[in-house]
Amino acid sequence: MRVERVIRDENDSFPVGMRVLAVDDDPTCLLLLETLLTKCKYNVTTTSQAITALKMLRENKNKFDLVISDVHMPDMDGFKLLELVGLEMDLPVIMLSANGDTKLVMKGITHGACDYLLKPVRIEELQNIWQHVIRRKKFDRKDRNGSGSQDKPYIDSSEAAGFGNVDQNGKFNKKRKDQNEDEDEERDENGHDNEDLSTQKKPRVVWSVELHRKFVAAVNQLGIEKAVPKKILELMNVENLTRENVASHLQALFLNLTDLVTKFRLYLKRISCVANQQANMVAALGSVDSSHLRMGTMNGLGNFHTLAGPDQIHNAAFTSFQHGGVLRRLNTPAGVGISGLPSSGLVQLSPVQNLGNTSTNQSKLQSFVIPGNHNANILQGMPMSLEFDQLQNNRAASHVGQFPSVDNTTVLPVSSISGSLIDAGCSNSPLLGVTSNSLLLEGSSQLPTLHASNLRDSVSGFPNRSTLSDFTSIAPASNELHGSKADIQNQASPISCNAGKIISSAPQDWNAPKKDAPYQSNVPSCSINSLRAVNGDMAQLGQCLNQNNPIFNRNVGFDFVDPLSIKCSEGENLAMEPSVIEKEGYLMVQPSRQGSYIPDNEGENFAMEPSVIEKEGYLIVQPRRQGSYIPGNLGSLEGLASAMAKPCYSPVFLAQTSSNFCSKGLSDVVQ
Amino acid sequence: MLGLDADRLRADLNRLLAFLFHQGILDEQYLQLQQLQDESSPNFVSEVVNIYFHESEKLLRNLRSLLMDREFSDYDKMGIHLNQFIGSSSSIGAKRVRNVCVAFRAASDQNNRAGCLRALELLEHEYCILKNKLHELFQIEQQRLLAAGVRYPMLN
Repeated sequence: MRVERVIRDENDSFPVGMRVLAVDDDPTCLLLLETLLTKCKYNVTTTSQAITALKMLRENKNKFDLVISDVHMPDMDGFKLLELVGLEMDLPVIMLSANGDTKLVMKGITHGACDYLLKPVRIEELQNIWQHVIRRKKFDRKDRNGSGSQDKPYIDSSEAAGFGNVDQNGKFNKKRKDQNEDEDEERDENGHDNEDLSTQKKPRVVWSVELHRKFVAAVNQLGIEKAVPKKILELMNVENLTRENVASHLQALFLNLTDLVTKFRLYLKRISCVANQQANMVAALGSVDSSHLRMGTMNGLGNFHTLAGPDQIHNAAFTSFQHGGVLRRLNTPAGVGISGLPSSGLVQLSPVQNLGNTSTNQSKLQSFVIPGNHNANILQGMPMSLEFDQLQNNRAASHVGQFPSVDNTTVLPVSSISGSLIDAGCSNSPLLGVTSNSLLLEGSSQLPTLHASNLRDSVSGFPNRSTLSDFTSIAPASNELHGSKADIQNQASPISCNAGKIISSAPQDWNAPKKDAPYQSNVPSCSINSLRAVNGDMAQLGQCLNQNNPIFNRNVGFDFVDPLSIKCSEGENLAMEPSVIEKEGYLMVQPSRQGSYIPDNEGENFAMEPSVIEKEGYLIVQPRRQGSYIPGNLGSLEGLASAMAKPCYSPVFLAQTSSNFCSKGLSDVVQ
Repeated sequence: MLGLDADRLRADLNRLLAFLFHQGILDEQYLQLQQLQDESSPNFVSEVVNIYFHESEKLLRNLRSLLMDREFSDYDKMGIHLNQFIGSSSSIGAKRVRNVCVAFRAASDQNNRAGCLRALELLEHEYCILKNKLHELFQIEQQRLLAAGVRYPMLN
């Protein structure tokens, strides 16, 4: 199915008639803006509420060409709106403010604004804003054509989805993620254009796993601070890739991260109280029942509203998972890191003890098997799920590299975790960076912690605060958690953003890593979004993962950027012992270093070894080692994320980010 | 003779405007507003200005009540109000009011309560001046329009 942007008749007369949506809570400015825009011959719609604006945008994605929004608004932060619009609708957004503080402007730009205007707005400035629309279209087109791009210079194609052409090459138009049924995993190097995408196809760069890996490697090499698109581009040395592609990819990552961070923060807040009681959760893990795995709640998660049903769940799960990057405590000693899981890397999966069992029931979280090696990044697998989402146009393709192979040792006791955690659905790591071999639940098909679907769900669902609330109740007792989350079961139920919960619970566990299921229980319930409670159906998971593999890989890349880090300005050094540090509402679960140090990432790559701390049954995935880019592409991203945020790492966020990115993909894939 | 009134009024108008510009009460943004007024939106300026008055008075009341509160500590909230005030004032072209708001915001950022109080006083004062002058402006404008609209029958 191809969704195409309607070619407006004003095609020829563009920019006359360009449809602008203006949002400002100040009536004086709004009226002035409306008049000015009308004077420029645009077609103006105004609203004083961001929520209304979003609604309008969501109803019909093709209704507007450009959005102008004030920064300070009572019902929603302008930056948030900016992100959402960018993620969901891929429209150019111009910020408006009376405050021209450089920091704010920077914030606007990093959140994806195409421009930042100061009040009072002059008509001359408005007369030029149509350039952003054109630029975006062209850019997208160029992006898509990895190789041999032929730009089809048509104006409205921009976000139009030439989606119909998305084809096996897996090009996806992020806007058209839903239509991207065939998203295929073949990720080619440059996401070259699909020749078939002839009509109306919007060339986009497809961030294949390789590409993303290169990207991450480049970023890693440069160091977070120095990773500017230009240099990244140079280092990557990929043909037909433009600086803009790189820049937008970078930006997309950050966007996701920040979004994830927000969500995570919310989540943390909710669970913060619960966190303290985790001690028994782990224990309870054994009794996890499907109910715990409640991934479904994720639906509400943020941007992935497009994901419906199970998908959403997945996403949610994923998201939660992501957030919980920390949450997962993988039992394996290896640093199974959800690739992407930021330094916190600790993903606590319920005690592994019954990995085998999980399959039996209720979708216990099949804790994703964390590869034994420390460097395994669970996240790696994760991206896959993200990939699916394609939330943002492919940007999300964080190719999560391969999950470091997870040896069986690292298997997470997922089962105990009511599957919530890793309901990756697909045991194959792809989802959550679970490499195909990694995330093996004892013997069972690995429980990809991040099930693609989960990811998807998590991603999409994550922002759903409500889901979080579900988790907030995570009681220390893992058992309780599980019980509460009952929903988790079924594979499809991604762990709703319980990530937050999980995280909170995680801390507890961290401290008492051992065997305490308590933590796990939290975690599982928290449904790391991506973690789809594998209903004991590891195999299924595997399948899912497999399918998603390509996709995941794609996305995983940066999922694991630690959104927290991004947000955390204070970044304290997470190297503390496995405690959940709550920073600004983020719950950073720092795996206790059992040898793995989760450093404060200020700009460095998460120097944590992506070790999986083995705690009784918990697989703690720690962010990868410093400098070592999480296999797959998370590494650098994480570093990036961490760098950005200052040393707070939250694996969760990464997950979410990635989930965001691939949420679309995931849903498709998971389907 | 009546026709002269229109001219006279226009001259008055211009004089007043010049005065306001000179005093810094208004700036060229106001002229932009005037330029936006045309046949399709004949009352644009007065519409916008009236909305501005309405909102500003609300803001001023809020600011006043915030500062009067003994236990006031929410400078962020004040900052938000001020931001809006700055935005709308600059959109109108109310230069002096805007400048006072900026100073007010600076004091607020430093959590300087006394400074905020002083700034609020000054702000209210400036706002009053602006409002009076703009009313005057509108009055003259209205009279001018009336006068200009008068048509005298052609004398045979």
